[in-house]
Amino acid sequence: MNSGEPAGLYLHVPFCRSKCHYCDFYSVASRAAVPAWLQAIKREVRQYREAWPVFDSLYLGGGTPTILGEAELATLMTCLRRDFTFHPNSEMTIEANPDDLSRPTLQTLRELGLNRISLGVQSLDDHDLAYLGRKHSAGQALRALELIHSVGWPQVGVDLMYGIEGQTLAAWKRTLDRVLSFRPEHLSCYQLTLAPGTPLGKRQADGRVRAIGERWEAAFFIFTSRYLERYGYRHYEISNFARSRETMCRHNRKYWRHVPYLGLGPSAHSFRAGRRWWNVRSITRYCQLLAADQAPVEASETLTHEQLSLEALALGFRTSRGVALALAGNHPGGSRTIAMLQQSRLATVHHDRLQPTRRGFLVADSLPLMFSR
Amino acid sequence: MQHLRNFSIIAHIDHGKSTLADRLIQYAGLVNERQFRDQILDNMDIERERGITIKSQTVVLSYTSRAGEAFSLNLIDTPGHVDFSYEVSRALASCEGVLLLIDASQGVQAQTIANLYAAMEHDLTIIPVINKIDLPSADIDGVKEQIEHDLGLDSEQAVLCSAKEGIGIEEILEAIVHRLPAPSGNAAKPLSALIFDAHYDPFRGTVVSCRVFDGVLRPGDVIRLMSTGAAHKVEEVGVFRLAREPRREIAAGSVGYVIAGIKTVADISIGDTITLDTNPVASPLPGFKEIKPVVFSSLYPISSDDYPSLADALEKYKLNDAALVYQKDSSAALGQGFRCGFLGLLHLEIVQERLEREFNQAIIMTVPSVQYRFSLADGATVTVENPQYYPDPVFIRSSAEPFIKATIIIPERHLGVVMKLCLERRGVNPRITYPTPARVEIQFDMPLAEVVFDFYDRLKTVTQGYGSFDYELSEYRESDLVKLDILVNGEKVDALSLIVHRERAREWGVQVCDRLKEEIPRHNFKIAIQGAIGGKIISRSTISPFRKDVTAKCYGGDITRKRKLLEKQKRGKKRMKMVGSVMIPQSAFVSVLKARDE
Repeated sequence: MNSGEPAGLYLHVPFCRSKCHYCDFYSVASRAAVPAWLQAIKREVRQYREAWPVFDSLYLGGGTPTILGEAELATLMTCLRRDFTFHPNSEMTIEANPDDLSRPTLQTLRELGLNRISLGVQSLDDHDLAYLGRKHSAGQALRALELIHSVGWPQVGVDLMYGIEGQTLAAWKRTLDRVLSFRPEHLSCYQLTLAPGTPLGKRQADGRVRAIGERWEAAFFIFTSRYLERYGYRHYEISNFARSRETMCRHNRKYWRHVPYLGLGPSAHSFRAGRRWWNVRSITRYCQLLAADQAPVEASETLTHEQLSLEALALGFRTSRGVALALAGNHPGGSRTIAMLQQSRLATVHHDRLQPTRRGFLVADSLPLMFSR
Repeated sequence: MQHLRNFSIIAHIDHGKSTLADRLIQYAGLVNERQFRDQILDNMDIERERGITIKSQTVVLSYTSRAGEAFSLNLIDTPGHVDFSYEVSRALASCEGVLLLIDASQGVQAQTIANLYAAMEHDLTIIPVINKIDLPSADIDGVKEQIEHDLGLDSEQAVLCSAKEGIGIEEILEAIVHRLPAPSGNAAKPLSALIFDAHYDPFRGTVVSCRVFDGVLRPGDVIRLMSTGAAHKVEEVGVFRLAREPRREIAAGSVGYVIAGIKTVADISIGDTITLDTNPVASPLPGFKEIKPVVFSSLYPISSDDYPSLADALEKYKLNDAALVYQKDSSAALGQGFRCGFLGLLHLEIVQERLEREFNQAIIMTVPSVQYRFSLADGATVTVENPQYYPDPVFIRSSAEPFIKATIIIPERHLGVVMKLCLERRGVNPRITYPTPARVEIQFDMPLAEVVFDFYDRLKTVTQGYGSFDYELSEYRESDLVKLDILVNGEKVDALSLIVHRERAREWGVQVCDRLKEEIPRHNFKIAIQGAIGGKIISRSTISPFRKDVTAKCYGGDITRKRKLLEKQKRGKKRMKMVGSVMIPQSAFVSVLKARDE
């Protein structure tokens, strides 16, 4: 566990203009509860201010944080800065939707101290965007990228999706090329997942939409990884690419290395010292509990040593950093398995760490149990 | 004694033996309608499901004849499968007569004849009974003709019945009373009683079923088991109605039970003679033999942690099944387990099912083997029933395997396919007879190993259920035997090794490779499955790796869910066997034993 590193702060903004068809994060398609939520957030911040004094990353995620007005965002940031301390060079990220952005908004966000923007582009193909249930067009997304570029942000991240039914590798490459022309510091490229309970998941169950199948999924993944590495990006996590070591998402990396993080807002998860807890997945309940000065926590778990090891393996194999050889080799037959993974080119050994190769990334979920009794 | 009759019902499988027994019990008033369950005598789940009798049971019926005389009729139920033929022979030795039950639509079958011969060997009076006469397909005249011609019995003596409909039951009881002889024997002579069955009662120990030929058996007597000389003090004697009913004594001519503080059924032997320790009979009753297993297989717990629990379960199981023999065994692939000997394949399946159901054991069984003999260069002969102990081929001078005499009865139209099947299974020296028009009896000399796997299932399939099969062990014959190993990614899975005739090795190797390919899930690496004789690969298949197994997102809220999924998979993995890095599910080991698609 990396308890020496400063903690990260996540804040969940559970509001959207509309729900995208693939999304299984908790959010509601209404702004009605924003004022109550904002009051509740202030109370939750107070519950933690003594125990969590210092952070070096903030991540405003959702939902759609940019659905909040400038005044609301200002209130939020003031409250966070009043009760918590952020390191001077903290990474301060906000997720943004193309259709919410204007030059003044972008400037306000900068003035509020945010220094990293993660733009949900998903695709630059209008067919894909319709399929995904996005409310913006490819043109709007391009204009947002231009705007961000012209305002000048220290760090720009772009979220994209591939493996969409009907999307060709060539079309995906066109999206990538146009995004790459803005030279963003960071790219998240997600394989589309048809999650149960989402509109796309339900349509899959009805047989109205289909997954593209293992062969194409693998082809898209390998292509994306190779192509972006050719453009100088590091493929540092299954779905994440950074132009340099410095521009890897500091906040997200905490999740993958058991660094403490505090999650505020409905459905947010927190972790510290082997314990994980998560907030209720309901804005109403969240506000009620905080109004009564209670913790809005749904449940918690204290991880055993074995569970922590299993998570360390699962998370480690998802990153290019891999897992410590000591952790993998610990398992009976571990050294033989390591040799076999090297032989089948799923992993390499480098500086006392077992690191997944590109092909290893593709089967990352099957690796941890090879080292777990 | 004049009002006593001891009899059995013998029949081919499915000819309605248990139903008739139930009807007789019902008629004798042992149970009322409300208590009545079909097939009362078959009280194990497996027996009920498979419709076969495994452990025989005995019951005494009270019957008042039409002439107004009261009789006690001892119905000695017999197991209905060739694996248990010795138990059948001991039950028959305890009777004076039998009901030979024949299905009115199916007629005389292989086991009908085998059973008739067994009854004739014991010089029993035979009453032919034609059952299921209510069926539209019943051919009473045809069956009568078979009784005359195939069996050489007087068909005029046959009693017609439908056990299911309760037709002809009284006629059967009258025939038992009038046509079967009363037992003979002398209560004044030294005790001589034949053990024909035993079962285990957790509170009382072994309950021994026996037929008293001479003398009297009473609580307090000290009995001696003649094969071992062991002495036991009798605690209780009695008869079986539906439950045990204690009696003051059981005397010459009677059938009953003895409880004498005998711990396990393995402490007694079926066929042994009970006498009194103080006044023993001069010689035991004839026909006793040690029952020897003919089919061998190893049992392993799926999770090696469960070895102690399996050891415990086997010990408990053995209390009630003297025929099962076992000893410790170990395998590089499967860890610690037990090498077990069985009377036959059905016995093996029953043991497996009961261990799984009644004792909750998750087990893997290895490919069954027979006992092979090898003559070695140094002149020694070794008997091998476990492929692990296959001698170094360099030193093998000759090898031999057990042969059986197989008897198959089929409608004539299936002759071609059955001949083909038998020849494929290395059957030799066919003898074909036509006992009645349109029906063929084929005898073959066949290697036991060839019927051990799935011969009977195949026979049923190719004859649409009309083929009947019986066998007896004959002798060892010289045979070209090799050891076939199965390798998974270069590692030998010793539990899948097999001693097999050289000409059959390739076919078997191909089949096992294909089966394993279907059953072993894809891994993230390529898996090669090979069949090898010595260093020579004779068959192979490959399981291609899966290319993708990863979720796109894993952030703060996803980690717990992901771990829980892994924990669940990990529990599933415990039910797999690891061979190197390859996870082999239990089903893969089972599938290798399944009937082959030919």
